[in-house]
Amino acid sequence: MIDTSRMEAPLLEVRGIHKAYRSGGGMLEVLRGVDFECPPSGFVAVIGQSGSGKSTLLHLMGLLDSPDGGEVLLGGERIDNLPASRRDRLRNTDIGMVFQAYHLLPELNALENVLAPLLVRHGVGAWFRHRKEARRRAEELLCRFGLSARLHHKPRQLSGGEMQRVAIARALVARPRLLLADEPTGNLDEASGAGILDALCELNRDDGLSIVLVTHDQSIARRADRIVRLVSGRVEGL
Amino acid sequence: MYTLLLCWRYLRTRWIALASVISVTLGVATMIVVNAVMAGFAHEMQSRIHGILSDLVFESHSLSGFQDPDWHMEEIRRAAGDDVEGMTPTVAVPAMLNFHVRGQWVTRQVMLIGIDEKTHAAVSDFGRYLQHPDNRSQLSFDLREGGYDTIDSQTKGETQVATRPALEGAGWPHRRMRVERERLWRERQAQERGTEQAGGGSGDGGSQSSGADSSGPVRPVDHQVDAVLAATNNAPAPEEALAPTAEAHPPTAPVDPFKAAKPEEGRTMDMAKEQFTGIVPGIGLASFRDASGVDRFLVLPGDDVKITFPTAATPPKAVTDTFTIVDFYESKMSEYDSNFVFVPIGQLERMRGMIDPQTGVGSVNSIQIRLRPGADLDAVRDRLRSAFPPDMYAVSSWKDKQGPLLSAVDMEMAVLNILLFMIVAVAGFGILAIFFMIVVEKTRDIGILKSLGASSAGIAGIFLGYGLFLGLLGAGAGLALGLGITWNINRIRVLVEWCTGERVFDPSIYYFFRIPTIVDPATIAWIIAGAVGIAVAASVLPALRAARLHPVEALRHD
Repeated sequence: MIDTSRMEAPLLEVRGIHKAYRSGGGMLEVLRGVDFECPPSGFVAVIGQSGSGKSTLLHLMGLLDSPDGGEVLLGGERIDNLPASRRDRLRNTDIGMVFQAYHLLPELNALENVLAPLLVRHGVGAWFRHRKEARRRAEELLCRFGLSARLHHKPRQLSGGEMQRVAIARALVARPRLLLADEPTGNLDEASGAGILDALCELNRDDGLSIVLVTHDQSIARRADRIVRLVSGRVEGL
Repeated sequence: MYTLLLCWRYLRTRWIALASVISVTLGVATMIVVNAVMAGFAHEMQSRIHGILSDLVFESHSLSGFQDPDWHMEEIRRAAGDDVEGMTPTVAVPAMLNFHVRGQWVTRQVMLIGIDEKTHAAVSDFGRYLQHPDNRSQLSFDLREGGYDTIDSQTKGETQVATRPALEGAGWPHRRMRVERERLWRERQAQERGTEQAGGGSGDGGSQSSGADSSGPVRPVDHQVDAVLAATNNAPAPEEALAPTAEAHPPTAPVDPFKAAKPEEGRTMDMAKEQFTGIVPGIGLASFRDASGVDRFLVLPGDDVKITFPTAATPPKAVTDTFTIVDFYESKMSEYDSNFVFVPIGQLERMRGMIDPQTGVGSVNSIQIRLRPGADLDAVRDRLRSAFPPDMYAVSSWKDKQGPLLSAVDMEMAVLNILLFMIVAVAGFGILAIFFMIVVEKTRDIGILKSLGASSAGIAGIFLGYGLFLGLLGAGAGLALGLGITWNINRIRVLVEWCTGERVFDPSIYYFFRIPTIVDPATIAWIIAGAVGIAVAASVLPALRAARLHPVEALRHD
């Protein structure tokens, strides 16, 4: 199931990962020894039914959660056991995330939402030094996704597709090495979903961005270079 | 940076949190107002107490006092060094003040204080409290030719103060008018006597003067009239002449008015041109303030009064003498204003027999000491205490003298502050509750921020900063409100009185015409710091909760 012939050093590597959640009285084992990797500039789709653990896998790769066993490597270095501050830093600089429910901050407008990772990264002083450059980058991204007229709209004034494009712009503003997308088209109608998917493919193709996309939809998964199928916490070979 | 931005956005979008801050605002405003008014009252009271009492009082335990005040003053100066700025001897004895109002004798228990009019004003604010402008600059125990203030000189141009028209004609004009009236009255009495030829009390007592003999008790009113008409001795009488000349107490020694009328030294005093020894009684002894705030005077400068006081002999004997009121003393402390009567110290020493017949050196009860500004009150007091035998002399500061009162006020302020701070603390719990709700509401946003790489400390910072902002906002609004109320409190009082028709602040009780306030920046700083501190402390728990949220669970939260 691991295609070692195609590339030598994977960007992201997951080895024998286990994760269990306490549910009710007992433990619910969500992931039971998953191995997975994504090459540089690769586009990998993780497909599975609801409850197969694909979102949990994504959270572990995005360092939002810690595995019970196994390890996560980014660029050959283990990252799942780093101290919290380093993990926060990595999330901010190296990993961009896109969610099914967009997860924009309702108090901020589109531009500010896109700038949020940079706001998180910089303190007050540093922010004022980098403000111009950051703004330019954010506006550029929004324009690229066709939102140049929507810069100062609050999320509730945007459509679903627009919100998801803002979310993608936010994920990219910090120039991450890896984009993790969790059902990015799940809440969208077909046309908007297709637009988002096209945007992701374009990013992968033109910018060489590595993308891991989690979905339950076979047709979406087919757009990826590789498909990994998760069934009840284990990877099922194709 | 996101911390600040989000704080600011939450502040602008979460109005409910502002509601919780209103209680902080009100608490802070109340504390500021209450502290300002209490400090104003305390200051007013202290300055009044201090205005009457000198910095230090050096006194003997016995009523007869100690001899040779000059020697004592020198010793004090030697013990206290340059800290002493001024000193003056005083004699204080309990006494009874009697005066005649509308056919009745009024007797008041007073403290008779002999003062040196040259130096007394230098050790306390005594001079400031007198009613005649000239007396304020230099007290004289000679009656003035009118010119007493009809507007209280201590009110600083306050226009709504009730004037004292009664003081308009006080002084010699009043005295001449009274003498004239009494003369006319006597003439009328003489006419009536001529027609009626009847003796015995007809109720008003006036006819007593005609047929009175030693058979019946002499009515007090006769004494007044007789004293006025036929005062036989000049006031500065030698001490042995004192008892016989002054009318003795009516019940004990009824005196034949005709006998009293005979001039002892062969000279009749011209009442319209001469006066007895001058005294300055407290204004509360001579007047009362009616419900409308107007002072009603029972006697005026120019009137004569009788004072009974003990001699310095052992055992003391009561002696009585007649005095002329020359001014009023108004310190606005009713305890003093209705208790003190000031007389020239030399006269009092003579009348009480406190002057050594051989040496001519007088005795005094106490020496009032004023210290130079900035001198350590307690240190000088302790130095004096150690320099003089404590079984003979007592040295106390003005604070010691009024210790219970001052500490009661301090205590009151402390308790009030604690209570009011509880209000702010209650407001803190309101903030706590609302913050928990906001954290729950913002759970997903917290997850988002964490997914963007925000640290737990940063998340906690958002809510702590939010609490700080709210606290500052509440305290700032409270500061503005409190200062606004404090600076306009008298206008507000007038408004409230107008609305309710009730007197909120009765000047006849407090002796102030306006509510005194003192805004102490240090107190305000403490209040603000306390309020902001409470707001921040109340946001600590919600902030910790927010920081501890698990990002994955937070993201799933709806």
